[in-house]
Amino acid sequence: MAASLRICRICVVAAAALSQAGCGEGAWNNPYAGDADGDILYSAFAERPKHFDPARSYSSNEYAVLGQVVEPVLHYHYLKRPYQLEPLTAAVMPRVTHYDAGGRVTRDTGAVATTAYDIEIRPGIRYQPHPAFARFAGGNYRYRPVAPAQLDGVYELADFAGTGSRELRAADYAYQIKRLADPAVHSPIAGILERHLVGFADLRARLAAAREALAPGEWLDLRAFDMEGVTVVGPHRYRITVRAGYPQFIYWLAMPFFAPMPWEADAFHSQPGFKERNLTLDWYPVGTGAYMLTENNPNLRMVLERNPNFRADYYPLEGEDGDAARGLLQDAGARLPFIDKVIYSLEKENIPYWNKFLQGYYDRAGISSDSFDQAVQLGQGGEFELTGAMRERGISLSVTYSTSVFYTGFNMLDPVVGAAGGERARKLRLALSIAMDTGEFISIFQNGRGIPAQGPLPPGIFGHRDGEAGVNPYVYDWRGGRAVRKPLDEARRLLAEAGYRGGIDRETGKPLVLYYDSASAGPDAKSWLNWVRKQFAKLDIQLVMRSTDWNRFQDKIRKGNAQIFRLGWNADYPDPENFFFLLYGPNSKVAHQGENAANYRNPRFDELFEEMRSLPNTPRRTELIDEMTEVLRRDAPWIWGFHPKSFVLHHGWLANAKPNLMSHNGLKYLKLDTARRAGLRDEWNRPRTGPVAVLAGALALFLMPAVVIYRRRRRETAL
Amino acid sequence: MIAYIVRRALYALPILVGVNVLTFSLFFIVNSPDDIARMQLGDRHITQQQVDAWKRERGYDRPLFYNAAAAGAARLSDTIFFDESLRLFVFEFGRSDSGRDIGHDIRQRMWPSLAIAVPTLLIGILVNITFALIMVFFRATYVDFWSVMLCIVLMSVSGLFYIIGGQYAVGKLLKLVPISGYYGGWSAFRFVLLPVVIGVVSGIGAGSRWYRTIFLEEAGKDYVRTARARGVGEFTVLFRHILPNALIPILTGVVVILPLLFMGSLIIESFFGIPGLGSYTIDAIARQDFSIVRSMVFLGSVLYIAGLLLTDISYTFVDPRVRLG
Amino acid sequence: MPVVLLTDAFFFALIALTALYAFYVSRRPHLQAAWRKLARDRSAMVSLTVIAFYFAVALLDSLHFRPLIETAETAQGGEAVYSNEVVSVFDRLVSPLGERFEKTYSAPLAVRGYVKEMVEEDGVRRHIYPRLQYGGAALAEPDLAAADIARRAAVWGLAGLLACAALLALVCAVVAGPRRAPAAMRAVVRNATGGLPLRAVAVTIALIVVAVFITAGIGREYHLLGTDKIGGDVLYQALKSVRTGFLIGTLTTLIMLPFALALGVCAGYFLGWVDDVIQYLYTTLNSIPGVLLVAAMVLMLQLYMDQHGDRFNDLVTRADTRLLFLCAILGITSWTGLCRLLRAETLKVREMDYIDAARALGVARPLILLRHVLPNVMHIVVITVALDFSGLVLAEAVLSYVNIGVDPAMHSWGNMINSARLEMAREPAVWWPLLAAMVFLFGLVLCANLFADGVRNAFDPRSEWNRS
Repeated sequence: MAASLRICRICVVAAAALSQAGCGEGAWNNPYAGDADGDILYSAFAERPKHFDPARSYSSNEYAVLGQVVEPVLHYHYLKRPYQLEPLTAAVMPRVTHYDAGGRVTRDTGAVATTAYDIEIRPGIRYQPHPAFARFAGGNYRYRPVAPAQLDGVYELADFAGTGSRELRAADYAYQIKRLADPAVHSPIAGILERHLVGFADLRARLAAAREALAPGEWLDLRAFDMEGVTVVGPHRYRITVRAGYPQFIYWLAMPFFAPMPWEADAFHSQPGFKERNLTLDWYPVGTGAYMLTENNPNLRMVLERNPNFRADYYPLEGEDGDAARGLLQDAGARLPFIDKVIYSLEKENIPYWNKFLQGYYDRAGISSDSFDQAVQLGQGGEFELTGAMRERGISLSVTYSTSVFYTGFNMLDPVVGAAGGERARKLRLALSIAMDTGEFISIFQNGRGIPAQGPLPPGIFGHRDGEAGVNPYVYDWRGGRAVRKPLDEARRLLAEAGYRGGIDRETGKPLVLYYDSASAGPDAKSWLNWVRKQFAKLDIQLVMRSTDWNRFQDKIRKGNAQIFRLGWNADYPDPENFFFLLYGPNSKVAHQGENAANYRNPRFDELFEEMRSLPNTPRRTELIDEMTEVLRRDAPWIWGFHPKSFVLHHGWLANAKPNLMSHNGLKYLKLDTARRAGLRDEWNRPRTGPVAVLAGALALFLMPAVVIYRRRRRETAL
Repeated sequence: MIAYIVRRALYALPILVGVNVLTFSLFFIVNSPDDIARMQLGDRHITQQQVDAWKRERGYDRPLFYNAAAAGAARLSDTIFFDESLRLFVFEFGRSDSGRDIGHDIRQRMWPSLAIAVPTLLIGILVNITFALIMVFFRATYVDFWSVMLCIVLMSVSGLFYIIGGQYAVGKLLKLVPISGYYGGWSAFRFVLLPVVIGVVSGIGAGSRWYRTIFLEEAGKDYVRTARARGVGEFTVLFRHILPNALIPILTGVVVILPLLFMGSLIIESFFGIPGLGSYTIDAIARQDFSIVRSMVFLGSVLYIAGLLLTDISYTFVDPRVRLG
Repeated sequence: MPVVLLTDAFFFALIALTALYAFYVSRRPHLQAAWRKLARDRSAMVSLTVIAFYFAVALLDSLHFRPLIETAETAQGGEAVYSNEVVSVFDRLVSPLGERFEKTYSAPLAVRGYVKEMVEEDGVRRHIYPRLQYGGAALAEPDLAAADIARRAAVWGLAGLLACAALLALVCAVVAGPRRAPAAMRAVVRNATGGLPLRAVAVTIALIVVAVFITAGIGREYHLLGTDKIGGDVLYQALKSVRTGFLIGTLTTLIMLPFALALGVCAGYFLGWVDDVIQYLYTTLNSIPGVLLVAAMVLMLQLYMDQHGDRFNDLVTRADTRLLFLCAILGITSWTGLCRLLRAETLKVREMDYIDAARALGVARPLILLRHVLPNVMHIVVITVALDFSGLVLAEAVLSYVNIGVDPAMHSWGNMINSARLEMAREPAVWWPLLAAMVFLFGLVLCANLFADGVRNAFDPRSEWNRS
């Protein structure tokens, strides 16, 4: 008895000591070491970024970091909507001149042979400190050439002590465009640019030949090569020439592909021994942006720090209507950036990510579908608002339509559902479109964060129509001011007309079996696959799931072996062309390795598309878009899925947060109230030791019978 | 002794070759060079020409095992297999499909793995031995019976339950430790605490039951009975006689798994966001980065063989009768 | 139209083999001692009873068929048309459990949904917890649910008890004859059954039967264990997972057994280069971390199925092939242990006098192996099978969790636990699918462990079998 009491006492004392220790040094569950309370923004990354080389990087998770470091000539205004391009490092917007076949300036859109973009960049912009620029007093580069012995113990860029900088020049932009053409760089957009940029294909061929003579990875000085379509006119001026009128080109100029690349950095990183130490441009981007990547450890974290050479840049003076009321203009005209340092921690699982946000250890978070009920509720009028618990914590919510579309595609090369099936297949596709209840999908899997797509264009893109005018009449009825999915009987009727009454093929007398290819894996995959099956089962059609891994899935799509599949598309730029081209015949996956995964081909649509894409946003363009949409809806090569809404939550101590899905350099506008953050973090993370003490007590109780037996034994042996 | 070790190391060679052939063929069938290229290049706007160029640059355009186009010995050596596996034998892991140096990653990631695995092992042994001793001490009473029952119950609970439940209760509700993450140095304690506790708890059932059998076997031996008959106290019998002798099978059992500690625990690491080798492997499987997976398989086999060797050597230390010839 | 899937075939083969072994043992009294000892072990027998229940579910769920489709033509005597969907007898028995889908989550025994929805009532749109489509749908007033459930539990529980009594009477009457049935019943109740723990077994059966009755009574009107993300009944999924778990636990052993037996015995008997080759084989396989081997093989299977799509053209076949394949892979990774044990045992057995005698008499070697060596190492097989079972069932859960387990479309505890990752993060947490999977998994594994304990004690009380 006494022994167990003693144990209890020890436990209580230990627990008390632990809680004492806890109070002393802040919360126990602080996931950062030491520097948690500085002027640091905490964010997370789920997957290690593959490329930070602006010529290769092409995914949003990479852009989230890369966009802060490198600066193309243009960017999207941080506050204004719809998205609006404005100069970033350029002094003014590029001057666009059209030329006809004879090289004369022309205004006739039909006669345009080439278009020139004259770009003037601002003088005086300087690069971040970087060892590639470091020089000895004599003027020679300090780290080029680097002797192999000098590389001992060097594993990160920060291990080079000396740094330097220099002014940004127009030639750096030209250098980067030539890199895009370099076959050794493997830029993903080389194929596209070959079609559009004058002289690109020619340069590519010449570079390939030049590379033959070099060892792999050896530096090829691209300054020695000329490219017809890119001319450097002065230290701060250059000109790009594209074929025909390609008005979308201006959007490319805002992407990191067209960021400047100082040749010194390329030469520096191409030295022998660098690649083996992960010292490549792919891991350490160099740029003129507000931040520089000082630590890149994909196993743990990435750190961005304020670029000391950042030019004088100011918070925008005006924004969208209502931005002032939302407090987004309080810092108008203030010098950027505000925050000193940004730490991205590796966080692969959604659950810890969300929980750490709630504990105040991340400053902002997107909401995963599963945490949704806790954070957001529907208000009286059906609009989203934060739950009381979230508002109490001072968390605020921003909602925005993302410029993307998720769809279920039919492979038009398939004999059953594709073009070969003719009218029969078309009706089958329409019947399935009605049966697939996208609204339910959004409510179950997206918690209502999205709207059912009526066509390929998401809201906010030119040509998208709201309300009754925008409803897809083949799938929806307009009733009581809302789009209502047509009843299942309509789908069954269509199915019967297609010759599959009750899910049985009229010709063979056998039940119809369709195949659904998916690459989904992960916790939600099972529910999702079963849900899709349920949709098809409504029409008595059995759906066979061919779930596989991503590589196999891509392979099937490429070879046209899939029948029904699900894909999504995230826009490169906010233009309808970037959505309609997903269904443009000459862009088909199987025949042309394009992005038209459905392999849809309709001559009328292709003709309209070709006219539409070279037009500016005019009423004629709207007309074309309407007709194209009608063609697509009738043919139903996709089951129009949904356009997701993106929800971002941020804590009250983070100011100036406004989601901008197009611009990538938003970090410099954000501001932190660190004192408030520290206080709230402490308040939210008081450890609760009570249950542990109870558990220890229970364990002691469990041991008590043992003590009793022990004593009895001792007495017995003593006797 | 040294001759023995050298001989055993030579025996290990064919095994490693076998492992290599097996894993290489498995993974290259699953993941062709084309897949690797596309993985690396991304999947937007990529053409076959670009894929081919990438493969040529990396030497992935050669045949896998047998190069009919080459002459003489080059038929076997001028292949992807030869290049990839030869490097493994000198622990040159090469670069992952995503372009990072695997050896560097492994060196970096093995510390967090060890930070979890070593305490789990040591504390686990301590707790299990204590529990097993209690059971042996109270053998043939209801304490023993219910303790064995408890062991079986603990064994029957899925390890996933301990992990999911532990993180939910301790991390989320009680806020005693960070929910996930890792930092090196002394602050690692906070991050490692819960995974270690969970690792220990999930091992108690099987571990202490095994130790109990070993102790009981030892307790049934003649010298123990003699000691007891001489009136030596139960405690003394346990700690003086049974425990030291039973330590031999326990320790040799532990030695086998010592090298494998490097590999980390797959599930625990990925669940708690510990950047160790276990989560490295799981991530590589998920991302189908098979250069990493193959390196880890090879490393695993080497460590396993090292473990077997260590066991044999450890026998000679604990039991002088064993001689290595 | 009956359908025999590959795994079904293997499962039936396994049952046949077990029956054959039982028959073999019953003809050889010297082999029966251990089994008799096992029969007197109370916890083992109670566990066996529970396992038998799981087994029954798995067996019923393995009798597959394609249902007939009613169409206009067949009604007029046309050719019968069978659905592509494969269902099992078990599905029909528990119908309509598998066919009722709510919209999304609902808590156990709930009558309202777990997630608020926009519902239009009398022209007003409100954001409320909607009534479920099936759960407690018969109730006019949802508040009465608790009383209704209690009433159902009482009535069906009573019915279950009566059924048990009737069952006991029937069994006694059949075994002891009608006239001595009452005495036999009394003996069971008093536990005076000659050392056999019949009372404990009877009580276990009674508990199971009552539980089944209550489940049936409530489960038809309510979702006893709630519904999952897409509104499927969790109880149904947990029950369907029994077959998956059971098959993984047994088929794996069945598939690896021939290899382990042949190689292990040969290595131990022939020694020399045969032994070297076999040892090389299993050291190599053993040294590859199991999870990685499984991952590679599962990916390979996917590749194969994609390349031969026409052979795997329905859902059940795909899932079934993957299950069988998974068993095979797990077999490959686990046969090494058994092989090593068999080799060691054979080494001992080959030195026995009777083997020497047989050899001296010029009996052919295959015959010696078959007649004399094999029967004397069989106890090792029995113990291994029993011990491995629980580990394999648990392994399935972990593998599915890493997405290299059974097909995601297949019901399995691992898949359920995998989904629970997200569900536990909801607020308030959705705990019932995780709990259901864990409880069913725990029940099977606990019983398997207890039974294995009994088997080990009965067959080989003084060895170091606890190592695993």
